[in-house]
Amino acid sequence: MMGLEGQRSGPGGVAVTALAVAILVFLIAPVVIIVIVSFSGADYLTFPPPYLSLRWYQRFLGTPSWRQAIGVSTQVALLTMVFATTLGLLAALALVRGRFRAKGAIYAVLLSPMIVPTIITAIGLYFFFVRLKATGSILAMALGHTVLALPVVVIIMAAALQGFDMRLEQAALSLGASRLTALRRITLPLILPGLLSAALFAFLTSFDELLIPLFLSGVEVQTLTVRIWNSLILEVDPTIAAVSSFLIGVTTVVLGASAFLRGRGETTTT
Amino acid sequence: MRSMEGRETRRHLLLLLPALLVLALLFAYPLLGIVNRSVYKAGYTLQFYRQIFRIPVYLQVLAATFKVSAVVTIVCLVLGYPLAYVLATRRPRTAQLLMIIVVLPFFTSIIVRTYAWMVLLGRNGIVNQYLMALGFTDKPLPLLYNQAGVVIGMSYVLLPYMVLTVYSVMRGIDPGLVRAAHSLGASRMQAFGRVFLPLSLPGIAGGTLLVFILSLGFFITPALMGGPGDMMIAMLIEREVEITLNWSFASALAVVLLALTLIGFAGYNRIVRLERIFEGRG
Repeated sequence: MMGLEGQRSGPGGVAVTALAVAILVFLIAPVVIIVIVSFSGADYLTFPPPYLSLRWYQRFLGTPSWRQAIGVSTQVALLTMVFATTLGLLAALALVRGRFRAKGAIYAVLLSPMIVPTIITAIGLYFFFVRLKATGSILAMALGHTVLALPVVVIIMAAALQGFDMRLEQAALSLGASRLTALRRITLPLILPGLLSAALFAFLTSFDELLIPLFLSGVEVQTLTVRIWNSLILEVDPTIAAVSSFLIGVTTVVLGASAFLRGRGETTTT
Repeated sequence: MRSMEGRETRRHLLLLLPALLVLALLFAYPLLGIVNRSVYKAGYTLQFYRQIFRIPVYLQVLAATFKVSAVVTIVCLVLGYPLAYVLATRRPRTAQLLMIIVVLPFFTSIIVRTYAWMVLLGRNGIVNQYLMALGFTDKPLPLLYNQAGVVIGMSYVLLPYMVLTVYSVMRGIDPGLVRAAHSLGASRMQAFGRVFLPLSLPGIAGGTLLVFILSLGFFITPALMGGPGDMMIAMLIEREVEITLNWSFASALAVVLLALTLIGFAGYNRIVRLERIFEGRG
């Protein structure tokens, strides 16, 4: 008993645990504080707020340019989700099941957008779309985000497919199902939790990203993150606290849903 | 038999094709465009690279980028290692719950996290309100729009990468080895220093390298939290593209940043596999 606890806590057990708790507080406090002050009724963001109100949310949702930005961000993120999930699912199927040389190299290529600093990808796409006179378009931003979201989808789908029992699909084939039927009726329903989770993370990758739309958006078409950026280079506006809390809410929903799906996925595949 | 396997392989390559085509057109081609632009302007030239390494202002930007990245990396290691250690030595269930606190900020938009620190560190920000109320200082401390602000903000944004990398290595360490050291008479400190710490070195190396490389290319946090003198290379690239309109020079800077990043990742990949970070999310 004593021995087990001894190794668990290691050197200076209590002190190290206290330090870890302090670091966890450091990690979560800014997020929690922003959500709390977003409900402040005061003109300045003091903590704790002297009294609560929804005035910053009214300012956020009552301003046409902010509402438009929500619309733009949602459209870009939905398109990104569709593109990246489709491309990533197909690629992951080939990577997990295929037996061909250069598999490792292809995997590395698919993950490479994660490695290149986003500022570089963003200016590359900017030079590219300027020549096509296609900046300021939702499609251009979605295509840029597809590049960034693809590695995320490939990683999640490769993990989901590795947990999939191939014999189920082989059984369907041996019972006379066509490849497409087996994929549609057996494989897809079973990997659905992973697929939905990948789609959610693709959505989030786009919804949260600033640099690609910073270069590709026009005066009329701005994502939420670009609108935040434009406002922040002028002043630290309390409205942004409400916008930030909205984005934190989206992240929380995505993480919660994917944890739920993972729980479901584990019960169906094992 | 052979032809069937061949058909199978061809089918799989066909599945890869759409993703590879999209990456070729929207990622590889634009990157090659940057490389080309950096060496070609009405004829091949290296003048833009010479500019980076000859003009003192630009060398200062490079030096500042390295300096800030080094400080941020050290801060992340000092904070990240103990946290990863405590998480890795708890029961998996507890660790998973606590991991939510690491992962929620990790997946929150960088601009939102940066804004949070701007609210906290500003002249009339929450930190200064408390410092003054508690009598630590009479005047607000300058915590924002300077290098201190940049280091705090970037360390906050990058800390989860360090924690997740170190944690993924620590989880793989066999607890039996530490137990064996104890049973052979090692003190807690000895068992940690002689057994656990050396086994966690790949995590330290991987995390350090990852945070350093990501710092080099950082844009949003230093741009919003830094002062006029805290220009980093990614901010210089943005300025050259958007304001100075010197795209060739911006491209040369991007190629230098890209080369540094790729060298770093080649090292990282030998230590920890990249996707482990993402899988460590919960």
